[in-house]
Amino acid sequence: MVVFPGSNCDQDTYFICKDILAQECIYLWHKDHSLKNVDCVILPGGFSYGDYLRSGAIAKFSPLMQELQNFAYKEGLVLGICNGFQVLLELGLLPGAMLRNKNLKFLCDHVHIKIENPQTPFTNRGKKGQLLKIPIAHFDGNYYAPPETIEKIKRDRQIVFRYADAEGRITEEADVNGSIENIAGLTNEKRNVLGMMPHPERASESLLGSKDGRIIFESIIRHLQQC
Amino acid sequence: MKIRVLVSFKDTVLDPQGQTVKNALLTLGYDFVKDVRQGKVFEIETDDIPEEKIQKNIPELADKVLANPIIEKFTWEIIE
Repeated sequence: MVVFPGSNCDQDTYFICKDILAQECIYLWHKDHSLKNVDCVILPGGFSYGDYLRSGAIAKFSPLMQELQNFAYKEGLVLGICNGFQVLLELGLLPGAMLRNKNLKFLCDHVHIKIENPQTPFTNRGKKGQLLKIPIAHFDGNYYAPPETIEKIKRDRQIVFRYADAEGRITEEADVNGSIENIAGLTNEKRNVLGMMPHPERASESLLGSKDGRIIFESIIRHLQQC
Repeated sequence: MKIRVLVSFKDTVLDPQGQTVKNALLTLGYDFVKDVRQGKVFEIETDDIPEEKIQKNIPELADKVLANPIIEKFTWEIIE
């Protein structure tokens, strides 16, 4: 669990991994120079460096992010949630960029996302077309990439989650933040890096209204057990 | 020396903030306004360094840090 100044979902995500899913979990400070042989790196949500300049723009220069580049290159698992997704985009580990939400509002709500690709280390416990109810909380979640990049990520099946309505329809209304192709989460070509705007850690206990988010963490665990 | 860098969205990228400002201006009666694009201004003070160093480094740092080349473009000038 990487901690930047301004991260605010690190403890929630740590709690889910350690206390709910009984995994070994450690915090890594962004100024560290080692990933300490972890199997999976999670970049949590929050406002790294206050989102100054652009969301995720300053965080990408942290010493630990240089280590993360190598880790991802060697096919280590990396999950970026919300601000973590924005950092992965700024780092260039995922294609595209985030614009301000289409209605210029900070959105904090439960949304439905549809699993487009269950053949990734992050979704192998899910089914194609399965709907997950997971909350979002962001200002800059309007995914943008130039048309040629969109063509490529569609062709390579890199789109993992899309915003849908409660019936699973991919509509413009369901596309709460204006993302191209309703993109809520995507992987790199090799499938070892996932960025997603919704917060699975906020939907991993029945007490919180949904435990659909567990699929992501449980998929990672299954993937690592099979490695 | 002082350098001004102007970062704005590429023409192909929708700028909802600029659109909102445009709508506000039209509502106020400034009916000649055709479009508004919003951007960021950076004023960078530097040591007195040779011009070629400025020419090399300013576009480099603008591309690497100040702008995200996927969605943004930049221009710059020496103002002092």
